[in-house]
Amino acid sequence: MPDFLLEIGTEEIPARMIAGAADDLRRRIENLLERERLRPAGELAHLDSPRRLSIFAPGVPAAQPDVSEQLTGPSVSVAFRDGQPTPAALAFAKKAGLGVSLLERVSTPKGEYVAARVIRKGRRVEEILSEALPKEIASIYWPKNMYWRKPSERFVRPVRWLVAMLDDQIVPIEFGGVRSSNESRGHRILAAGRFRVPAAGAPYIHALRGAKVLGQVEREQQIRNGLDKATREVEAARWREDKPLLDTVVNLTEWPSVILGSFDREFLELPEEVLVTVMRDHQKYFAIEDAKGRLLPNFLAILNTEGDPQGLIRHGNERVLRARFNDARFFWQTDQKHSLRERVSWLKNVTFQKDLGSYYDKTRRVQRLCSWICEILRQNGTAVRPGVIHKAACLAKTDLTTELVKEFTELQGIVGGLYAQVQVLDRDMPDTTRQLIAQVIYDQYKPESANDPVPRAVEGAVLSICDKADTIAGMFALGLEPTGSKDPFALRRQANGIVRTVAEHKLPVSLGQLFELSRESYRGSAAEKKFANARNYDQAIEGFFRERLQFYMREHLGLAYDVVNAVLAAGADDVVDVLARADAVGTVRGTADFDSISVAFKRIKNILRQAKETGRRIRPLVDPGAFREEAEQELGRKIPEIATAVDAFRQQRDYARALAEISTIRPAVDGFFDKVMVMVEDEDLRANRLALLATLLKEFSTIADFSEIVAEGTRN
Amino acid sequence: MNPARPNPLTLQELTLRLQTFWAERGCVLQPPFDLELGAGTMAPETFLRVLGPQPYKVAYVQPSRRPADGRYGENPNRLYKHLQLQVILKPPPEDVQELYLHSLGAMGIDLAHHDIKFEEDNWESPTLGAWGIGWQVMLDGLEITQFTYFQQCGGMDLSPISAELTYGLERIAAFLEDVDSIYDVNWARDPLSGRTVKYGDVRLAEELQLSVYNFEAADVEKTWKHFDLYEAESKELLEQYSLLAKGDKSSRPLHGQGSGKGVRRRFPLLAAYELCLKCSHLFNILDARGAISVTERVGVIARVRALAVGIAKAWVDQQLSQPESSEEGEPAEIKPVVPLSPVAY
Repeated sequence: MPDFLLEIGTEEIPARMIAGAADDLRRRIENLLERERLRPAGELAHLDSPRRLSIFAPGVPAAQPDVSEQLTGPSVSVAFRDGQPTPAALAFAKKAGLGVSLLERVSTPKGEYVAARVIRKGRRVEEILSEALPKEIASIYWPKNMYWRKPSERFVRPVRWLVAMLDDQIVPIEFGGVRSSNESRGHRILAAGRFRVPAAGAPYIHALRGAKVLGQVEREQQIRNGLDKATREVEAARWREDKPLLDTVVNLTEWPSVILGSFDREFLELPEEVLVTVMRDHQKYFAIEDAKGRLLPNFLAILNTEGDPQGLIRHGNERVLRARFNDARFFWQTDQKHSLRERVSWLKNVTFQKDLGSYYDKTRRVQRLCSWICEILRQNGTAVRPGVIHKAACLAKTDLTTELVKEFTELQGIVGGLYAQVQVLDRDMPDTTRQLIAQVIYDQYKPESANDPVPRAVEGAVLSICDKADTIAGMFALGLEPTGSKDPFALRRQANGIVRTVAEHKLPVSLGQLFELSRESYRGSAAEKKFANARNYDQAIEGFFRERLQFYMREHLGLAYDVVNAVLAAGADDVVDVLARADAVGTVRGTADFDSISVAFKRIKNILRQAKETGRRIRPLVDPGAFREEAEQELGRKIPEIATAVDAFRQQRDYARALAEISTIRPAVDGFFDKVMVMVEDEDLRANRLALLATLLKEFSTIADFSEIVAEGTRN
Repeated sequence: MNPARPNPLTLQELTLRLQTFWAERGCVLQPPFDLELGAGTMAPETFLRVLGPQPYKVAYVQPSRRPADGRYGENPNRLYKHLQLQVILKPPPEDVQELYLHSLGAMGIDLAHHDIKFEEDNWESPTLGAWGIGWQVMLDGLEITQFTYFQQCGGMDLSPISAELTYGLERIAAFLEDVDSIYDVNWARDPLSGRTVKYGDVRLAEELQLSVYNFEAADVEKTWKHFDLYEAESKELLEQYSLLAKGDKSSRPLHGQGSGKGVRRRFPLLAAYELCLKCSHLFNILDARGAISVTERVGVIARVRALAVGIAKAWVDQQLSQPESSEEGEPAEIKPVVPLSPVAY
């Protein structure tokens, strides 16, 4: 049972792709061994670094197990004449590699046949691996790959060496013009050249460490320790935890170490957002803060080498950071020469999207949309300051013309907010108003991810959803909606942002209204002439948001899928209302009454569906005069009575009490199904009973479609 | 005292060292291409040489002009015109990364004392219909080189591919000399007197004056006119080539009277490309001048791209139609080509 090792040696793999590819490779090798009946003795392990993906399988069988197989030959009557084998039997025996005397007879439904029992030898593991590994290597998924020899040979970066071994034996494979050997390569600088891998498993890890390469887990630990240690050089300081950054630097190094650097205190006058962005996004440095969370004039750089005894590397990094900060300060000062207000008209020269016009056009549309949405909010009793939003919307995109944003694009919005804070927006404007406008601009792109908070103020929420709705509306109208994995404009993320913002701010505006007005805001524009998808717009938006809402409820709120489906089936337009209904339904789900109702409603749906499929007539209205049984009269009486009460609560959005009302229909429904047969021969009677059930379903499905609820007994 | 190196190379010394390094590894050393370029990639020695099957190795310094990046000589890190040292290795040798690391040694950088990383950075030029995969090479946190494996150029897959190394010479010099402003870099040192000439002495006036020109003085109307003229001429040539390639004899006198490969071979596609480069630079000036509106911008880029991609395709066709050796396929009766008549202006 040899141990198996595969190391794919490459030029530097992009840090962001390593973890995913390593996982993919592990799955592929696992499946390969499973498929080939070569299941290893233990779990597969992987080790990755910028220059290698390695996978290790302990105790792989030396060969596949042999298989005994029965081959069926000609029928006995053809194979034997007068007890003597015919040429057909001889040919079959030869094919099976047996003497005629060893042939067996088997009975089949078609009669008696000649058969041969043969042992198929399992193939040797090296043979199988030699054959299969190149294909597996070629199939690893990369977000972006390249070719360096032939266009048909693709990998993330050129493959430069391959180690494939079973214990200490080389498994011969070839990929991208490289043949496997037992020679690997260590750290570029600290252990230049090649080293021999003695054997798969621990000897490999050991040799690799000798060549100054650590596995990803050790690297993370080494970096964390290094960060702690370097931070201790500064009094009462701590480094800012940043998992994405940590993952990046783990995957940029093979033998990491950490150094502490510092920068001039005067740069702390720049906004922290700018400093941190430069350090994190551009230099991949960790920031250091004091006990109160204030930034300190230090940074931590992760090196891919042993250390920096002469301080050369620290000096170099400090020099680069100083230049970057100087640039940022220069941009900040240059940008102040023109106010945000002046920059509004400059937006005419900044393209938003080639068919949707400039950012100036977008600004005007979003301003219009914001004022309409404000009006709706006010009518529905939400306090909001339209003037603040109007001004913020006007200035929101102007930071795209600033040097600082051109340099640090990830700071769009934030820079606008910071500039608005320090500029005179209007001579008579109270300071608090200006601060709020600045905050609304600052928050406009929020939430940028599932963990990012929504805008703080309701005014910020309005600008944020209107800005995103304008983009989505325009793109959908152009027919550029996301399909499958293609979503180049991140419309899904933006839609998620709208859903979350509306939900968390409880904005009383429906998605239908928002997108009708978003579309309206394009009316008469040049962009409108390019709208190819005008006809399907409403439907496409509705379907798109239903999915987003479903995603939000399941993934973000963690609601049960059946509750989500049930509630969305009763309407997905008003986010706040959907959530209120989901909340109420979630509470009653699993109670005896609702389990019973859900079972009954499923049954009703089936009955009605079958009736429709078989062309049975359903009366449009229930005729109470046609009732015969007591139980159907009872149900016929209860439906309108309870429905009226439900409706009253529903109007007040008191879904808990509405559902309590609904639960009182249960005895009547149960009684009906106990006593009454629906699909009777009498056509009129049947049509009336079907009408009764249809009414029940219709009247009681306005909060949720209870047939979607999985009843307690049937749930997993 | 500079901790990086006790006696750092001047800008011109490090340029010479790099050129020598690559010359010793088989590169043709070219002088800078003598037209305004936004990047070394646009020089025919890259843009056209990476097309087609012929192996090639070349290195050259390319002053690269980016009008919008001008800062009147006031920003210590930004320049209107900076120096790139461009290396093309077609096809890239297997040890291309190691070779590159050795070239750093040639500049006196001892990697045992530094931190070097290859960080993902892909390159794309929609205008050239070109893109590649690669890295930015980081030395102690400073980006010193762009390393790109070309995948497509002129909208065509490349076979073989080329590796492009682009060294940012000013940055590297500032790093080696440990100065915070590019203008303080020593460009040259007189070995006799020990006196140095600074980058600022050589280039500051140019940065200032060209910033003024590009941002303030360039006459928009005339610049547009220049653009249109160069474009028209380039386009005209391209159209003629395409007629020639189709074997249309009714067209312009440029074909001479012969037909086939020899005529194609002498067709001035290189001139068409130079005209296209002019357009690209003029576009950059107009852009820096703020003279291109949103609606125009996309269209103008598309016009330059149409030329560049068209020329690249034609160039490949022309290369493939080359006779194997000069003796064969050369129609003897070709008359001297009538000089290209200026298009009607």
